[in-house]
Amino acid sequence: MTSPNVPNAYKITEHKYDMIVVGAGGAGLRATFGLAQKGLQTACITKVFPTRSHTVAAQGGISAALGNMGEDDWRFHFYDTIKGSDWLGDQDAIEYMCREAIPAIIELEHQGVPFSRTEDGKIYQRPFGGMTTHYGKGIAQRTCAAADRTGHAILHTLYQQSLAHDARFFIEYFALDLIMDEEGACRGVLALDLAEGTLHLFRAQGVVLATGGYGRAYFSATSAHTCTGDGGGMALRAGLGMQDMEFVQFHPTGIYGAGCLITEGVRGEGGILRNANGERFMERYAPNAKDLASRDVVSRSMTIEIREGRGVGTHKDHINLDLTHLDPKDIHEKLPGIAESARIFAGVDVEKEPIPVIPTVHYNMGGIPTNYHGEVVQLRNGDPDAVVPGLYAIGEAACVSVHGANRLGSNSLLDLVVFGRAVANRCAETIKPNAPHKPLASDACDKSLANLDRVRNAHGSLPTAEIRNNMQRAMQADAAVFRTGETLAEGVKKIREIHASFADVRVTDRSLVWNSDLVESLELQNLLGQALTTIVSAENRTESRGAHAREDFPDRDDAQWQKHSVCWVHEDGTTEIDYRPVHMYTLSGDVDVVPPKPRVY
Amino acid sequence: MAEFALPKNSKIQPGKHFPAPAGATKVRTFKVYRWNPDDGLNPRVDTYDVDLATCGPMVLDALIKIKNEIDPTLTFRRSCREGICGSCAMNIDGTNTLACTRAISDCTKPEVPIYPLPHMSVVKDLVPDMTHFYAQYASIRPWLRTQTPAPPDRERLQSKEDRALLDGLYECILCACCSTSCPSYWWNGDRYLGPAILLQAYRWIVDSRDEDTGARLDELEDPFKLYRCHTIMNCARTCPKGLNPARAIGEIKQLMLARRG
Repeated sequence: MTSPNVPNAYKITEHKYDMIVVGAGGAGLRATFGLAQKGLQTACITKVFPTRSHTVAAQGGISAALGNMGEDDWRFHFYDTIKGSDWLGDQDAIEYMCREAIPAIIELEHQGVPFSRTEDGKIYQRPFGGMTTHYGKGIAQRTCAAADRTGHAILHTLYQQSLAHDARFFIEYFALDLIMDEEGACRGVLALDLAEGTLHLFRAQGVVLATGGYGRAYFSATSAHTCTGDGGGMALRAGLGMQDMEFVQFHPTGIYGAGCLITEGVRGEGGILRNANGERFMERYAPNAKDLASRDVVSRSMTIEIREGRGVGTHKDHINLDLTHLDPKDIHEKLPGIAESARIFAGVDVEKEPIPVIPTVHYNMGGIPTNYHGEVVQLRNGDPDAVVPGLYAIGEAACVSVHGANRLGSNSLLDLVVFGRAVANRCAETIKPNAPHKPLASDACDKSLANLDRVRNAHGSLPTAEIRNNMQRAMQADAAVFRTGETLAEGVKKIREIHASFADVRVTDRSLVWNSDLVESLELQNLLGQALTTIVSAENRTESRGAHAREDFPDRDDAQWQKHSVCWVHEDGTTEIDYRPVHMYTLSGDVDVVPPKPRVY
Repeated sequence: MAEFALPKNSKIQPGKHFPAPAGATKVRTFKVYRWNPDDGLNPRVDTYDVDLATCGPMVLDALIKIKNEIDPTLTFRRSCREGICGSCAMNIDGTNTLACTRAISDCTKPEVPIYPLPHMSVVKDLVPDMTHFYAQYASIRPWLRTQTPAPPDRERLQSKEDRALLDGLYECILCACCSTSCPSYWWNGDRYLGPAILLQAYRWIVDSRDEDTGARLDELEDPFKLYRCHTIMNCARTCPKGLNPARAIGEIKQLMLARRG
C-alpha cells in the first residue's frame, strides 16, 4: 500500500490480526498471552524488548488480601483503595480489582513467580502505605513480594508465559498512530520498525494500548527514559480526551540527585524518615500510620519539613531514610536491591548511613479513560460511558479509574495483571476470531505519514533535547507537590509556548536504521500533549484532592469537584475540559459504597 | 605464523573529534565506536571531550549528554538508568557492563573506550543485534513446567530454603554482558548456549516447584549447548549484577554426572 497524498510516498507493509497489543510491560504481556490463550490471533508490538519495560523496576510488591501474614479481607483492600484515591476512584472498578487480586496473585505464583516465602511456605507479604485492616484500625500485611525485585520477577515470568503461549511479538517497533475510521472506531495501528526503518500497518478488530505512563514529562522522575506515554500521545492525536491528568504521584523516596526509586517496602520493613534534627517527623503528620501514610501525604510532609528549614544536607534540601536500626540479615534477605542502588547511586552503606531521598515524580494516576473491562470510554452526546469501538487501554496508560487522585503503593502491579487479564476476557466474549477486516479508507494513514515525514525532515532551530529540557524544567517548577493558581497559570503559559515550539524542532539524524533521534522527537511529541493536559487540568481544578495539592484551595470540595476531568487537545494546540461522574456504585451486593469522609491517616 | 586481518569493510577508521566547549573545567575524553549501515562507510571511532562539571556521574550520563548537546546521531539503547532493565549493556573501558551503573570515575583509561558488546553483529553504533541471544533464551523453554495440577485456590508451597536456591539466579536481567565476554561463546555462539542462558536453565532446574528436570537435563545433554563452557570465568567477573553463571553451569554438569551414576 502506498499513499499518493503524502509528499514522499512511503511503502507500508500490511499485517492482519484479530488483536494488537501495543506495549510489553506487565499489562501488555498479560493481555497478549491472555488473548492468544483465548484463541484470538494476537500480536504485541513494543519499542523495547519485553523485559526492558519499566514494570521491571517495580520493587516493593503487589497487593492482594491473601491473609498469609494475619487477618485480611478484600473488602478492607477495597476501602483502603477508595480512601487512598481520595474518593475519586470508580468504586465498581475498585471492587473488581480488589476482589480479582486474590486469584490473580495465585495465578502468578502458579506461573512461576519466585515470591519470597513465609515459614510455612506461603507467599511472603509486607506492610505498605495506606494498607490497613478493619477500615483503618490495624496495619495490614497485604503486599506480596519477591524480595525488593517484585516487578522484575513478575515481568520476566509474564514474558516466559508469553513464550509458552507462542505469542507473536514485533520487538523494537515504535507505534506512530492509531488508525481510526469515519465512525470513530479504532481499526489498527501504524508502526515503525526501528531495525529496518520500514513502516508497518497492523490492522485488527481491536487495539489494546498498554504503553505506560509519561513520567519523563518531568525533569526528575523514577520513570525510565522510555516512559514517554506514547499511547496517551496517540489517543490525543486521535481526538480522544485524557482523564484526571492533574494527578501526578510523587514517590516520597527517590534517591536525591539520581532520582532512582527506593521502595516504600523499606518503610514497610521498618525504615524511618528523619529530618535534620534526626526527628521521626511523620509522627506529627500521620499519628497512626506514621511513615506508612499514603504517598501523597508523606511527600507533602517531607516538602513542608524542607521548606521550614529542617531538610538535611549542605543545602538543607532533602530528607534521610534511615535503615541503620534494621537487622542486616533482614536487609540482605528482603531489601538487597535497594542496598545495591543506594551504594551505586548515593554512595551509601545502608547498614551504617541513611539514604538521602526526595519526593520524585513516579506515577500518573491519569490516562486514557476506560471502564473495568479495559474498554476506552469517552463523553459522547451526554453519555459519559460511551465505548470507543475497537480501542482498549490498560495499566498506567489507562485511567480505569482505580487509583483516583492518589495510587496506593503495590496497587499498580495489581492493576497491570488484573486489567490485562480483564481485557483478554472481554475480547474473548466480544470479538470473533478470524473475522474479515472492513475495508480501510485509502487515506487512513495519511495524517500519520505526514507527521512522520515532517518530524523526520525537521530542520528547525531547536534540537529535540532542548525542547524536552524546557518542558521538563517547566513541569518540575510549576506542577510540583504543592501548587498555586499563580504557579499553574505561569506553567500553563510556558507549556503552551513549549508545545507550540515543537513546530521549530530540529532532527539531526537522517538515517533510516535505528534512528533514535527521530524516535526521541516523536516521543517528545507524545510527552508534550500530556504535559499540556496535565498542567491545564491542574490549573482548572480549584480544590485539593490526593496528589493535587492547591495551596490556594487547601480543602477537598466534594460538592464541586468529586468528578473526573477530561481534557482534549485540538490540532491548533487549544485545550478543552469536560467532566465524567465518579462511579459511586459497586458491582455486587457483597460490599457497600464508601461515601466520602475526611481522609486522616 | 599465519596473519589474520579484518575484511576491508570492517577496518576501523579514525573518526571525528568533538572538542569540549570553551570554558570547560573538568574534561574527560570518550572514544566511541560508530557505524551506520545507511552510509556505506567503514566503522570509525569518534572522540568526544565532555565537560564532567555539567554531567552526571555515570557513563550513561555522558552518552546522553553527548547525544543531547554534541551529536544527536549517536545511537545506543537505554531505559531504566538504574541497572535493572539491561538495555545499556556495552563494552566500556575494556569490560562488558551497564553504562548506567558504571561510574565515569571508575574508568581507568584516560580516554574511555566505548564499544558495542563484543562479537555481536552491529545494527548501528552501540546497538548490537540480540535476536540470536533471545532465540537461545526461548529455546530452553524458560517457564515453570509441571504435571501435577496446582492447588485451585492457593499458591504452591515452597520452603524458605528451597526459595533461597533461586537467589543469585532469578535476578538475571538478560543484558548478555556475560555471554558476550565468553571466548567460547565467541567461537561457538551459534550452538553453545552461553552463560546467561545456562544460568536461566539452572534457575528452572533447581526450582522446587518445577517437575521437568529430567527433560531439562536431556535438552542440555549435547557437546555444544552445555559442554563448551571451559570455566574461563569471564562471565562471573563481568556480570553487572554480581551473579555467577559459571557456578550454575558447574552445578548442571554435576547433575549430568550424578544421573549417569
